[in-house]
Amino acid sequence: MKKFLSFFLLVATFASAQAQMPEKFVKAMESKVALIDSTNSAAGFIELANSFERIANAEKNQWLPYYYAALCNVMSGYFSMGDNPMGASADKIDPLADKAKELLDKAEALEKDNSEIYLVRKMVHSLHMMGSPMQRYMTDGPAATSALEMARKLNPDNPRIYLQEAQDKYYTPEQYGGSKEEAKRLFEKAVKQYEIFKPASSIHPNWGLSQVRYFLSQY
Amino acid sequence: MKSVFVAVLTIFSLSLQAQTLVKGRVMDKKKPLEGVSVALKDTYDGATTDKEGYFRFRTTEKGVFVLTVTSTGFKPFEQTIELKAGDSVEVNALLKEEITELTAVTVTAGTFEASDKKKVTVLSSIDIVTTASGNGDVTEALKSLPGAQQVGESEGLFVRGGTAQETKIFIDGTLVNNFFFSSMPNIAARGRFSPFLFKGTVFSTGGYSALYGQALSSALILETIDFPDQSTANLGVSVIGLSGGFQQLAKDKNSSWGLNYSYSNLAPAFAVIKQNQDYFQIPVFHGADGNFRIKTSKTGILKYYTTLSTSKLGFTTNSIDSVGYKDLFGLENFNVYHNLAWKEKLGRKWKIDIGTSYTNNKDDINSGMRDAQDKDILLTGLEFKDYKLKLRGNYFNAKVVLEKRLVGLSALRFGSEYNHSTDKTTFTDYSGSTYPGSISENLKALFAEADIYITNAIAAKVGSRMEHSSLIDKTNLAPRVSLAYKTGKQSQASLAYGLFFQTPENRNLPSAFPLTFSRAAHYIAQYQKVTSDRTLRAELFYKKYDDLVKTGLGSGSQFQALNNEGFGDAKGFDFFWRDKKSIPNVDYWISYSYLDTKRDYLNFPGAITPNFAAKHTASFIIKKFVTKLKTQFNGAYNFATGRPYYNIAYDGQNNKFNITDQGKTPAYHNFSFSMNFLPNIGKEKAKSFPVYVLSISNLFNVRQVFGYQYSYNGIRKQPILPTSRMFVFIGAFISFGVDRTDDVINSNL
Repeated sequence: MKKFLSFFLLVATFASAQAQMPEKFVKAMESKVALIDSTNSAAGFIELANSFERIANAEKNQWLPYYYAALCNVMSGYFSMGDNPMGASADKIDPLADKAKELLDKAEALEKDNSEIYLVRKMVHSLHMMGSPMQRYMTDGPAATSALEMARKLNPDNPRIYLQEAQDKYYTPEQYGGSKEEAKRLFEKAVKQYEIFKPASSIHPNWGLSQVRYFLSQY
Repeated sequence: MKSVFVAVLTIFSLSLQAQTLVKGRVMDKKKPLEGVSVALKDTYDGATTDKEGYFRFRTTEKGVFVLTVTSTGFKPFEQTIELKAGDSVEVNALLKEEITELTAVTVTAGTFEASDKKKVTVLSSIDIVTTASGNGDVTEALKSLPGAQQVGESEGLFVRGGTAQETKIFIDGTLVNNFFFSSMPNIAARGRFSPFLFKGTVFSTGGYSALYGQALSSALILETIDFPDQSTANLGVSVIGLSGGFQQLAKDKNSSWGLNYSYSNLAPAFAVIKQNQDYFQIPVFHGADGNFRIKTSKTGILKYYTTLSTSKLGFTTNSIDSVGYKDLFGLENFNVYHNLAWKEKLGRKWKIDIGTSYTNNKDDINSGMRDAQDKDILLTGLEFKDYKLKLRGNYFNAKVVLEKRLVGLSALRFGSEYNHSTDKTTFTDYSGSTYPGSISENLKALFAEADIYITNAIAAKVGSRMEHSSLIDKTNLAPRVSLAYKTGKQSQASLAYGLFFQTPENRNLPSAFPLTFSRAAHYIAQYQKVTSDRTLRAELFYKKYDDLVKTGLGSGSQFQALNNEGFGDAKGFDFFWRDKKSIPNVDYWISYSYLDTKRDYLNFPGAITPNFAAKHTASFIIKKFVTKLKTQFNGAYNFATGRPYYNIAYDGQNNKFNITDQGKTPAYHNFSFSMNFLPNIGKEKAKSFPVYVLSISNLFNVRQVFGYQYSYNGIRKQPILPTSRMFVFIGAFISFGVDRTDDVINSNL
């Protein structure tokens, strides 16, 4: 009974979510969401982030544009670090991390307890930590871990959890517990999760597979 | 991918039907801005500027719209435009920088701030504890910053020609009366507080805020940590003792509490490392501390911290006054400290900070002489060296600060401070006669201060402080002004002026003569350029002292404070350079101070350079973490040119003090080295995080002379030396629960 009820609730919220999404909005979002997996520069992600933010500001009760705007700001930060995963300039990174956090807070105000939002929150903490790793790992490190755990708790099937874990393992030096081998195993696990993952709609989060493929091609 | 292409094409062709072109350029004062978001308000349409600041987009919307131009760090730009089909609209936007805490100029003259509040930190708590010459001691590490002297024979910070007593230390806003363990002759006592108790450190070498007073030279403002990240426990064992404790964080993360205990016994260390003192009572310390922290609301926190410590030591040194005999010094100390602070945002941009502290301190000092067989002895003519002194101090401090945020970053702060102290002394001379004494002080202060942001680039801090001392029954009024001007994106110039007052020290009281506050005027000019990984800072200063206490023989031939006719000045400059970028994984800093100071105070026969002031002081600190070895290596070199020393003797015939002998100590060099090995760092699922510490001070065994001490009759002198030439510290610290290995590095005592 309980299961049935929660299933019913899920369907109901899904239906109402769809009902609240005007066609124009969905169309505009679809075109932008499609670009996430093909963008590969800091400037490209800023442009995409701005596009999502415009939509967010026009549709103030939709969480997805805020969510994607936050994600694109984080991605822009990752790309601006270049090839140096151990540390980047806080001057450059902090504004992006702050902006992403602000947008994510707005998304969360509209959509509580969502695994995808917690996942991006984890990414925001990881990015912020990179601004000054030695000084920030004690605060941002545990915060990132707990956000990722929360994302897992809310939806253990979210493939992006494995992508994040794998990336962390990949970039962390071995002395600190990193392992390229273990990362590979996690990337492979992520691929399997992507295969079975079904996004709630055409514009709900489903990004990341191209990143996984990129990493796997590095082996 | 194909479907995306089709979709894009469809949208594109649809929009071609009846579009308006919107284009333009976005600049700030000088240059084009890239990545700026341009949006047609309430629509999805817009663009992002390219490298040259240009943007262009087409829209099918028609009518009157607002075009918004937004970029982080700039004030949003809006312009109303009318869209007509087939038309084109050009908008050129000039963005103005927004005043935010991150971009705005800050009033920094005279101050080294190290906290998480500002993005830019000069020295963080971790820096403090990994400074090789710091020995895990807050003030010791601060001596590697410009402005402070390398004084090794007594505790405290001697800043810019000021004495240690001219530097006051504040924890969570309130004065700390016994920051250091009790003084010993010619030995610098350590601080009682562990560096990892603090999240923020502000070391002001002059020109500081009206919120702080009773310090002629410097204020060290420490802010305690809020909440631990997680519950933890820790254990430590080292060559000097044992420690253990835990910190419990409530499940709802709204409160936490913790207890720590440490026991130090220097017997093993002293057995290996020869001391200049001959100990009959090896130093033994018991220390306990406790804390709780409670979130009183979303924005409020109540913090309580207490320490309790006892110590016991006794030693003899060869007496300079009588060859073949020894001077004896014994000390027993008991100290309790409580600090309760509450911070809350009251709404409507009001904030309140309340802090209170209470200290109870007991010192029992025993002084005397012993013969070669270590038997107590009383020598004729030197009876004054045989005494017992009981000191009982009770101190209560309270402070309230209210803050109101005004437009932008401008703010108004005002409040009141109350310091009460009662110092009771019982002096027992060689014959057993006792002389009780008591000094009680009630100091009340009112202060107000405004941060005024005229533009993003110009800010002023204007304040004033009024104090009344019941002890001398006098009132003072101290104006403080500082200005800061932003000269570039990361650089700024500042000026500061202020008057600072201090009540005469207890050791010169009571006096039969009316005394007043001593006074110092500070003039500071500063330039700094700060990025997240490099800091350059240069400061010029001039400090003028007036109304310093003069001592001498008063009526009844008693040595006491006579008047406030002392004076002096100090001028010089400080330089600081820190670089975390140029060499990968290496962080280093260089500091240099030039000081030219003279003063006439206490029994000085005239204006002379005091014995705690060196002309040139410099430090070089370097830290490198070697990932492969999981080890951090820290090196430090501290240098100071020789300091003057004097024998000032009383000439009874002419009724005045004279310098009968003087000289200069050799230059001071200290190389220190430390390494921290963290075997489990980053290891997943590790339950314990051990840190192994090895630190060596005065690595090359250089002879260091802090000054000279004269015999009572002025005939003989002997150098004042460190307690040992070299000190080696080895310890293991284990924390459980969370990887707080960085913290543990520091508990090296």
